[in-house]
Amino acid sequence: MTAVRIPPTLRGEVGGERQVEAEGATVRELLDDLAAKYPALGAQVLENGGVAPFVNVYLGGEDVRTLDGLETAVAPGQTLILLPAMAGGSC
Amino acid sequence: MPTYRELLAQTKAEIDEVGTPDARERLLAGEHGNPDAPLFLDIRELDEWQEGHIAGALHIPRGNLESRVEGLVPDRDREIFVYCAVGSRSAFGAKALADLGYTDVVSMAGGFTEWKRNGYEFTTPKTLTPAQRSRYSRHLLIPEVGAEGQQKLLSARVLLIGAGGLGSPASLYLAAAGVGTLGIVDADVVDDSNLQRQIVHSTERLGEAKVLSAKRTIEALNPDVTVIPYEERLTSDNVERIVGAGWDVIVDGADNFPTRYLVNDASVWHDIPVVHGSIYRFEGQVTVFAPGVGPCYRCLFPSPPPPEMAPSCAEGGVLGVLPGIVGSLQASEALKLILGVGESLSGRLLLFDALHTTFDEVSVKRDPACPVCGEHPTITEYIDYVEFCNLAGRGVAS
Repeated sequence: MTAVRIPPTLRGEVGGERQVEAEGATVRELLDDLAAKYPALGAQVLENGGVAPFVNVYLGGEDVRTLDGLETAVAPGQTLILLPAMAGGSC
Repeated sequence: MPTYRELLAQTKAEIDEVGTPDARERLLAGEHGNPDAPLFLDIRELDEWQEGHIAGALHIPRGNLESRVEGLVPDRDREIFVYCAVGSRSAFGAKALADLGYTDVVSMAGGFTEWKRNGYEFTTPKTLTPAQRSRYSRHLLIPEVGAEGQQKLLSARVLLIGAGGLGSPASLYLAAAGVGTLGIVDADVVDDSNLQRQIVHSTERLGEAKVLSAKRTIEALNPDVTVIPYEERLTSDNVERIVGAGWDVIVDGADNFPTRYLVNDASVWHDIPVVHGSIYRFEGQVTVFAPGVGPCYRCLFPSPPPPEMAPSCAEGGVLGVLPGIVGSLQASEALKLILGVGESLSGRLLLFDALHTTFDEVSVKRDPACPVCGEHPTITEYIDYVEFCNLAGRGVAS
């Protein structure tokens, strides 16, 4: 099982949890498992068989775009972070 | 009882000396990033130091040498070149340092007088007034700041985007630190719902333009600081006038995506580093975008989320102290960029969670395909940022 960190703006899609768990040997498998468990989250994050462009995916602190993308292998103990941009500051 | 001359000769016999040509050679080697470069320690009096000294030297007057050196130079095996005017005080200084357990100390024979006579380079600091020496005394004690760093801060110009949650602590700490010129861009007026976190404003300022409220608070805090208020929303129409006014650092505390992308594009084209902060509920993000060196905002977030996934703090709320923490981190990064010290957050996105008190970090790399700072830029002039963010939100943008 791999820990997946959910951003505050997507917690409504996973029952308010900050972190959930998913299973998979690659990032793609993890995200598919996540979407199967939390369809509402999958609908927001996945798009055309990939990750929506506004969501960054980090594995072990590295952007998967700079690794092997969705085919990046997941090692035990690594955490997956889903991270869309946040605008707030002045407000 | 020895005479002074005998004592000096005796002391010089117990220490090592280096000539000014050799000392200069080591100094120049150090300028090329040699981590083993010696520390030049100037032990003359303040007025002598102010008339000129070796660039990068640490100043501790002879009278305070023993009491201050441990705090300023904790590493007793650090190689130290002590100098004074001609090499006598520095001989006694070197002996005192050896007595304190410093293992690698030499005195520069001939001192600063010979250094200057040889035509070697030195720097003459703009002097701080007695009032500034007192106000910034805690900075002057830090080797990474010191009088030279304080002068850098006083000469520095920082542009703050937003005088709200992040801009409040950032502007206050930058002003307290003596950053000489602060530009502040914000079109809003102070509202009572702001005061739970926007500490640069106050109840008596309700209804007042935020930039003017901030200017009053900041100038009351530190009369060394000039605030340039821009009571307007940053747009493609005014961005050149505002960002082009000559800034060393931009502190981005905007509350919306169009402004974030606009600030990014302007900063890349004007080659100004941006200290980015954003907040939502209990969580904050901080990083530094250094044009030409590290990634830009578009490398990190090529497109903004759709509006329903990007609620503002006005919609989703924010813990009042959260912008205090994130904005203070932004001030800290800005000060480091001005001083040229430490390691900035360029290439690293810091994620703070106040609810669980965790700091996480993810790495951010330059995107060679970035439309603004990449190898073949496709965006080379200001666009309609509101439209860009709306379209991106509908999944139309790539």
